[in-house]
Amino acid sequence: MPAGIVPREAERRQQPAWRLLLDRPTFVIGAAILLFWIVCAVFGTAIAPHNPLAQQLLATNMPPSAAHWFGTDQLGRDVFSRVLVGARTILIIAPLATLLGTVLGTALGLALGYLGGIVDMLVGRLVEAVLALPAIVVILLFVAALGVSTITLILVIGFIFTPLIARTVRSAVQVEGQLDYVPAARLLGERRGWMMFVEILPNVFPTVLVEFTVRLGYAIFTVATLAFLGFGVQISTPNWGTDIYSNYVLLGAGYWWETLFPALAIASLIIAINLVADSVEQVLAG
Amino acid sequence: MAIYLLRRLGLAVITLWLLSVIVFFAGQVLPGNPARSILGPLAAESAVKALDHQLGVDRPLITQYFSWIGGTLHGNLGESYQYQSPVEPLLQAALVNSAKLGALALIVIIPLGILGGVVAALNAGRPLDRIISLTGLSAATVPEFVSGIVVITIFSVELKILPASAAAPAGSSFLTQLRYLILPAIPLVFVLFGYIARIARAGTIEALESDYVRTATLKGLKRHVVIWRHVLRNSLLPTITVIATQTGYLIGGLIVVETLFNYRGIGNLIFHAANAKDFPMLEAGVLTIGVVYMVATLIADVTTTLLNPRLRTGVIR
Amino acid sequence: MTATAAGPAPGPATTPQAAVLVEHVEVSYRVRGQDRLALRDISFQIGRNESYGLVGESGSGKSTVALALTRYLPRNGRVSAGSIRIAGRDPLAMNAAELRQLRAREVSMVYQEPGKALNPAIQVGEQVAEVYEVAGLGKAEALERSEAMLGKMQISDPGRVMRRYPHQLSGGMAQRVVLAMAIAASPALLILDEPTTALDATVEAEVLDLVAGLREELDTSLLFISHNLAVIAKMCDRVGVLYAGELIEEGPARQVFDQPRHPYTVGLLRCIPRQGQRKDRGRLDAIPGFLPPPGQTPTGCIFAPRCPIAEQRCRDAAPPAFDVGPGRSSRCYLHAATADLPRNTPADVSLPTIAEAARPVVTMRNLSKTFSSRGEVVRALVGVNLDLERGETLGLVGESGSGKTTLARMLLGLIAPDAGSAIELDGMPLGADLRQRSRSQLKALQIVFQNPDSALNRRHTVRRLISRPLSKLAGLSGSALTERLNDLVRSVRMEPRQLSLRPRQLSGGLKQRVAIARAFGGGPRIVVCDEPTSALDVSVQAAILNLLADLQAKEQVTYLFISHDLGLVRYLSDRIAVLYLGRIMELGEAERVFGGPHHPYTEALLSAVPSLDGQRADRIRLTGEIPSAADPPAGCVFHTRCPRRLASGICESTEPPLAEVEPGHFMSCHIPIDQLTNLQSNGQVP
Repeated sequence: MPAGIVPREAERRQQPAWRLLLDRPTFVIGAAILLFWIVCAVFGTAIAPHNPLAQQLLATNMPPSAAHWFGTDQLGRDVFSRVLVGARTILIIAPLATLLGTVLGTALGLALGYLGGIVDMLVGRLVEAVLALPAIVVILLFVAALGVSTITLILVIGFIFTPLIARTVRSAVQVEGQLDYVPAARLLGERRGWMMFVEILPNVFPTVLVEFTVRLGYAIFTVATLAFLGFGVQISTPNWGTDIYSNYVLLGAGYWWETLFPALAIASLIIAINLVADSVEQVLAG
Repeated sequence: MAIYLLRRLGLAVITLWLLSVIVFFAGQVLPGNPARSILGPLAAESAVKALDHQLGVDRPLITQYFSWIGGTLHGNLGESYQYQSPVEPLLQAALVNSAKLGALALIVIIPLGILGGVVAALNAGRPLDRIISLTGLSAATVPEFVSGIVVITIFSVELKILPASAAAPAGSSFLTQLRYLILPAIPLVFVLFGYIARIARAGTIEALESDYVRTATLKGLKRHVVIWRHVLRNSLLPTITVIATQTGYLIGGLIVVETLFNYRGIGNLIFHAANAKDFPMLEAGVLTIGVVYMVATLIADVTTTLLNPRLRTGVIR
Repeated sequence: MTATAAGPAPGPATTPQAAVLVEHVEVSYRVRGQDRLALRDISFQIGRNESYGLVGESGSGKSTVALALTRYLPRNGRVSAGSIRIAGRDPLAMNAAELRQLRAREVSMVYQEPGKALNPAIQVGEQVAEVYEVAGLGKAEALERSEAMLGKMQISDPGRVMRRYPHQLSGGMAQRVVLAMAIAASPALLILDEPTTALDATVEAEVLDLVAGLREELDTSLLFISHNLAVIAKMCDRVGVLYAGELIEEGPARQVFDQPRHPYTVGLLRCIPRQGQRKDRGRLDAIPGFLPPPGQTPTGCIFAPRCPIAEQRCRDAAPPAFDVGPGRSSRCYLHAATADLPRNTPADVSLPTIAEAARPVVTMRNLSKTFSSRGEVVRALVGVNLDLERGETLGLVGESGSGKTTLARMLLGLIAPDAGSAIELDGMPLGADLRQRSRSQLKALQIVFQNPDSALNRRHTVRRLISRPLSKLAGLSGSALTERLNDLVRSVRMEPRQLSLRPRQLSGGLKQRVAIARAFGGGPRIVVCDEPTSALDVSVQAAILNLLADLQAKEQVTYLFISHDLGLVRYLSDRIAVLYLGRIMELGEAERVFGGPHHPYTEALLSAVPSLDGQRADRIRLTGEIPSAADPPAGCVFHTRCPRRLASGICESTEPPLAEVEPGHFMSCHIPIDQLTNLQSNGQVP
């Protein structure tokens, strides 16, 4: 029988995601800023012009000048150097906390979305309860009870994020469940674990990725806010949030540079993450 | 319809109950010995035991929980460790203050956000849309204390036109109070604008691309009629729910803003309570916030159901 | 041979009668910085009160024509060449106010999904009234006229319907509302874009009759766009065939369909089963190859890559439109040779018959399913008894609410039947739920779903999709698995190199082949085919159906073939079961069920479906909507619409049992079989 119907189909060429991302100016800008702060966090002490811990009690509260680009704080420490190094704590706690929340949240969301039933209803109520409170409030509650440490912050923030992410993943899983490949796989005798992790998870993974990047921004937001409120991790390394906390009482006296520059640094990092998150969302949705 | 309301109410009650358990757990179970933390590590053991007994924390957990819940339902929220006085009146006053600030923020943000979102959607893909979207995105990500500090620096320290504290002197007129509340409201507006604008935009774009808008346009209706009568009615429905959920972020923002601006609202109250490990105050405050949030979402759900014909009537043949 | 341009006469003097005049129109879309042509050199005209059909598959550009006429192209589309005249006026040159006038007075459109075309937040009466208000009437009068118009659309109790919201209307009802809106302004041109594709067969027939009736009454021209040739044949005076953005043939509908003069039209017609064609005798012929990717402008004839008689000149230069008869044109150098176009696949094949077995491979007894949600009790299936014989194809036919999908899912174990139902496989009881079944039972029952986009996990490769049943159900591994995998791939006419692709990179037909390979991977005994070709283009349909027939013979499986398309069912099935509201109305051999005598419902169904073989002179018209499954009629569930209802009243009171009226032929009807035979063969239509 001749070739008959041997298809030479038009294979649609798929551009890999990362190339699409690089085409977007918002992604490039955001990623660049993020990269800058990561480099600072790692190599900061080597790059900084002055020792961020060195106190000069004769040159306290000096406004920005050629010698000290961002001025000095109330202990005479160079603000610029402190800003450069200050990313470290935030960039350790926030990503780890978000990762924890994402992993747990995805697993929970998969289970609730696929298995449904009574478990979904009960756990759903619990999730709703936690979500009724703003994250900051819950964290304050737990941190007041448990005290502040790196581990506590990571765990508490991670656990707060879990229901948030679980809710989104659950919706995505329920949408997938309407598609026919799910019963097709069940008809092969696949078990529940396989269904959730091999069939459904790869399809909701873009959603998970978007959630991760979006929540990362919020994690940084939260860690910085906590530090500002005085619940920052008290270690000797300069930390943007605690610097603001220490120095903002001086605003009334007119010493604005000690608070403004760390504040702008925080803003820039969060904006960067959100630009990246927005781009990732656009690319994966399209 | 009535059945739906009852179910919704029932679920809310269950959620509130779970919330109270969580709060109680965090407040009473986790910290360990409150008397010890109040009196410090150097106090005598007998003094600690006495205070424990006075605070009632040596009773079994279940008893403590029920006594707390019972008291709460009767309006007795316990005594603050810090002030040694009932929690209730302090909480009430703080709630009123926060309500003023929150209301101001919402009155500004709702029309602004919706307008921004709709305008962005009508210009989708064009520069105006990018500007609005990016502005919203950036503003939403800046923590309240950052924008608060920037705003204080500019308007209060440098330009000296607005006060850096939100607490107007007692007995001030409405306008004076308003003047004091402007600066604190700004960080809140920043944070909320982005999200509301985004949802309004998404809803409007979806409506614009729908088949029924095509029908309306091809009937020969004028553009503004199409937008007003056909688009907005459908696109703004999801916005209602979003506004309710945003009260959560609003309250979170209140903690920072009130602390920064020295305003005796509920956020400030909770902050000081957390600092001082004043658990009765802390628990009462957190529970109140939970209640406020649930009421807001309940109102939003009911409103959405009333406004959406599909949910209101169900399918009949 | 000289070519004469067909279509409208050149020069400024255009016929004043033409309602629509399209000349050499080109439409292009701007995608990623490049212009892609969606329509190329389209020319046609529609006379006053004429009905013109535009036929084409997906990607042909037929909807783009409608959008261009109403100037509703998306932002990145534009008419890059040519001219359009509607009632003598040029929509492309109008300003906003004039365009609105045109849309309000001259052109109306009816769409595919009527439910979505109506604003969900506004009562339908008000939406219809809007049309009158645009024409200048006051609100009160507009509402009055709207109610009258709804009545004209054969909606009973229009006053009540006016106050409904779109989601409360059935598909047929919603489409009537949309029609009312379209006709209200007495437009010069009515465009219908797949208006009945989403509707059930009997409802479709009613709506089409309505449109035909309206056309007679009003002085409106019709542009009817559809992929369904039979519907076009029924509704249109003239037809234009679109392929990949070009109008390749045009002419009076009857002539084009009886004596096509373009290889594509010939191929298309051969993809549709006509009376007398069966899977082994007079096979459907597929068109090889694929649609050209969008935006490519080939040199030469656009159909040449797939044409069996293409010559060098066809590939060198695109043929102009040749005049092949009065009012007929064809874009083919070889239009004279199309009468004897060679086939791609042989017309008759010998399919090995499957030995009959002593007992049926599947028996279903008292199969029922009741769904209850929010207080509403829906009886999807009621006491159905059905057997599947080894190696046969049982066609399951029914409209929405018939329960055919529910039946299939219960057979497979995806839905649990009500207590008291019993399904047996080879005499062994089958567990109600998947999880209760053994591996060999799972192996035995498989399914091919309707929509391959949904049925294949888009993150898995083809290799994984087909290998999984091989390892999980057939227990193969290693080289045995690879061998069987390659075997399977070849048997569905795919290439091994396609194993590394993902579904997103495949066309609809290819995806369905993968789905079929997956279904056959485990070596099933019974395969449920749930509308396997409904989501595919007509030209692809034939290949898939023939593939299914070949595989059945090769692997000796039984098919449960579900479809709403009676032509396909007749082509493929040995026996047919007709379902209505969860009950079997008729069951028997295919030719008996189709040839008669048949159950009144079957009769109505057959007469409702438009066919290329020409319309039967008389038609059974069913009135009313399909009753809701939540509230079925008492007695015989069909009695509310049955045109042959007995005067004695027994149809209203007693449900007829499924009785054997002839050997192997079962019916659920009170009318005695001889009486039925008499009525139907005498052509007595009530």
